[in-house]
Parts: sequence; structure tokens; C-alpha cells
Amino acid sequence: METAAVREAVADAHRREWARVLAATVRVARDLDLAEECVQDAYVAAMDAWLRQGVPDNPGAWLTVAAQRRALNAHKRAATLRSKLPLLVVPSADDPPDAPDEIPDDRLRLVFTCCHPALAREAQLAITLRLVCGLTTAEIARAFLVSEPTMAARVTRAKKKIAAAAIPYRVPPLEDLPDRLDAVLTVVHLVFTTGHAAPTGPDLLRPDLVERAIDLARTLCALMPDEREAQGLLALMLLHDARRATRVGADGRLLLLEEQDRTRWDTAQIADGLRLVRGALRGGRPGRFALQSAIAAVYTEAPTYAGTDWRQLRGLYDLLLHAWPSPVVALNRAVVVAMSDGPAAALPLLDALAEDPRLAGYHYLPAARADLLRRLDRIPEADAAYRTAITLCDNAVERAFLESRLRGSGARP
Amino acid sequence: MAQYLILIYENEADYDNADPSVFQEVMDAHNRFSEQVGEKLVGGNALQPTQTATTIRGDVVTDGPFVETKEILGGYYVIEAKDLDEALAIGKLCPARFGGVEVRPVMVFE
Repeated sequence: METAAVREAVADAHRREWARVLAATVRVARDLDLAEECVQDAYVAAMDAWLRQGVPDNPGAWLTVAAQRRALNAHKRAATLRSKLPLLVVPSADDPPDAPDEIPDDRLRLVFTCCHPALAREAQLAITLRLVCGLTTAEIARAFLVSEPTMAARVTRAKKKIAAAAIPYRVPPLEDLPDRLDAVLTVVHLVFTTGHAAPTGPDLLRPDLVERAIDLARTLCALMPDEREAQGLLALMLLHDARRATRVGADGRLLLLEEQDRTRWDTAQIADGLRLVRGALRGGRPGRFALQSAIAAVYTEAPTYAGTDWRQLRGLYDLLLHAWPSPVVALNRAVVVAMSDGPAAALPLLDALAEDPRLAGYHYLPAARADLLRRLDRIPEADAAYRTAITLCDNAVERAFLESRLRGSGARP
Repeated sequence: MAQYLILIYENEADYDNADPSVFQEVMDAHNRFSEQVGEKLVGGNALQPTQTATTIRGDVVTDGPFVETKEILGGYYVIEAKDLDEALAIGKLCPARFGGVEVRPVMVFE
């Protein structure tokens, strides 16, 4: 076997199998650090073994056995020494199964543990990327633009809390599942939005994070096929990401939906997304991710921007605001009202939102307001709103767009 | 099994201003709580108001609580639970009419 081919096989197994191998090893190691160490060792050993024996038919199974064996040996060696931190609480054989009539995949335990509500959101994000996606601390630090020691401390703190507070390594019982799943989906969506419209930094897109989020959502859908919100989230991300190639112009400028070249959208991915939207909306009251995916579908299916079905969008936003009363949803709804009923109808909605302290510092609010004022020909007011938006915006591409609008409306920047 | 401390933080002023019937309701709520939790309840106490507290830092003794805040530690329970989820489920049952509770694992020295 050639070295390059084996190296490629190991890298491929890292991308595809990391979460499965780690999750299965955590159950045996009952310690996140030990499990990570054993899995890393197993990948190193694979390089050597596969060179000699060839790549096994099931690399994931090979790696799992190798990592679990290392974990068991470590426990035998440490049997006389007691570790400082208590072992992870894993379901014992006499516990009721996590969900009726099925053996859960260990990956779900790992995801639910990483996204436990007793961890802060930023800690959930960090250890999900680290443990479930197999990113290094340096990679995660780069993605969130914090220093590596800061991110390392965040990861360590989260792992310590899981062990010391005895956050259990299991899929939550059915009665807690809706809330707990919502936290998991929120984390996956945050990974996506961080990659899709980077909140800070020079680039609008970080495709690696987008792909990790989509992979994660696919895994969740495969493991929980009845969870319509998971399908809704996957659909939402596929539909948004299908426009990836058209969102930034050749000059690095942000392109609005109305300026994007619809012929360059990824039609296969859109078809995939639309199929999932239909599934997510079927049966019972749709959740917030299903509704957001339906909204994305309406935008995607329109032949042109002007031909968007604004009335249908407005109806969907009414449902979404009811399912998820967030000021950001109310803001997006107002933007749609401006299209369906005219800017004059939407302006009072935005003015009301300006008093919501949760939107203080949110640059999309003055940006949306500026756009309505511009369309109403109230140029001096529009310019003032653009200036406010520019001072609040941290993304270079988005800021450049706002500045061009300010210049375009006749004022000096 | 692990042990957890449920620390009950509440606004002291709200109790000062409360009607006597409120005290009775709170007492009843705590009695119901201890019945619900049963033998998983290892111990606990209500504390006298913070105006009775004395703080010692180094060897300096001062009148008053360790930190001046509106929501103060008014009492605690020690419970036994198999993991954090069970501890949080018990914590959610704990009465804290004018505040909330904090759940902390008890450190084990071996």
C-alpha cells in the first residue's frame, strides 16, 4: 500500500468517522480527555497498521476497536490510582433505554452532552466543534476569532463542568427531548451562520463551518428521522447555502438577493432542500426551523426577486413570529411587509422595534430602516440610519455595502 | 450517586414586605418539596436574614454578609442524585418565590 493512499484513507476516516469513533470511545473511557487521547492515538496507529495490512473494509469499526482497547488498558493501568474527576455518568444496563425500541447511536449522546443547557452557549459551540466535528482548538479559535489560549480554556472549562457536575452521557428522556433538541439545533445553526455570514472579519463566508454544520444536521436527521425540526434545519441550511456562489461579487462586494444570478444557484441542493421542507411541514404544527425553511423555499422558488410571493412570505412570517416571538423575526417580518404592503406600512413596525433593548447594537435594524427611508425618498433620514448601521457593523464586506448605499444616496460617507 | 447543594437565592426585601400568609405558603411549599424529594433529600436549613451575618476576612471581623446583593442566600438543601439532570429536576421543584436556586455538585475527596 502506498503511503499517500493510506494517508488519504486516514484523513478520509477522520472526516467521516471521527464523531462515531469518539462517541463510542467516550462510553468506554467515561472521560472526555482520555477518550480524545485514545482516538488520536488510534488514528496515528492506523497510519502504521494500514500501511502494513492495507485499509480495512470498515475503517470506522477498526478505529473504534483500537481506541476502545486503549481506553480499557488505560483504566486497567489506573485501577489502583483514583482519578481526580468523577467518571462520566453513562447509562447502565439496568437503566431504561434512552428511547423505546431502539439502540441509540453513541453520536447522539455525544451531541446532547456537548449541547447540555448547563453549559454556556459559547462552550456548547466550542466543544461540539471539538468533540463532534473533530476540529482542533486552533481551528475553532480561528473560526470565532479568539486567541487559541482563550479557546483552549473554554474547552477545558466545559469538559471539567461535564465531569464535575455529572452531566450525563445520554440522549435525554422523551419528555425533555423537544427542549434539548432545540438547543442542539440552535448550536448547529450557529455553526452554520458563523460560516454563512461571518459576524466579524474580512470574509463573508467560511465554507468549512458551513459544511460542518450541514454534515452535523444530516447526521441528526439520519439518527432521528422523525424529528421534523432537524429536517427543517437541514433544509434551511441547504437552501441558503445553495446560493453560496452568488452572494459575493467578483470584486468582493456583498450581492443582495435581488442582484444574485439565479441561474448559478445549486439546483441539485435546492431540490434536496425543497424535499426536506415538505417533510418538515407535514403533520402537526410546524416548528421554527420548519417555518424558516419554508420561508427560504418561497425565496428560492421565485422566478425573479420581483416575482417573489410576498403575501405568502408574510403569512409564513406571521406563523413564525407566533412560534418564535423574537425581535429579529419581527424585524424580518417588517422587511417582508415593506414588500407586500409598501415601505410606509413597514416603517412604524421598525420604529416600534427600535425601542426593544434586545436589538440595541443590531446593525440590521438601522440598515433596514435606512432602506425603507431611501425608498420613501426621505434621504437625509436614510443617510443618518446608514451611518448608524455602519458604526454598528463589524463585517468588512457588509460595511462596504452600507457605505456604498450611503454614497449612492447622495451624501458624503 | 453524587451529592448536590441547592442554594436558594431570594430577594430579602420581598420577604420583609410580604403578608404573613406568604410565609405560610412558602412553608407549605417547602414541606411539599421535602415530601416530593423523599429520601434523596440529605439535609438542609433555612438561614436567618443577612442582617444577622458577620463576615471575617483575614482576621478582620465586620458586620454584614460577604457580598452585598439584592438576592441573598436564604437557605439550602443537600440532595443526592445520579447525575446533573436528576439534580436539576429536583432543583426545579425547589420553592424560590422571590428568586431562584443554584445547583452545585459537592466535591468528593478520595
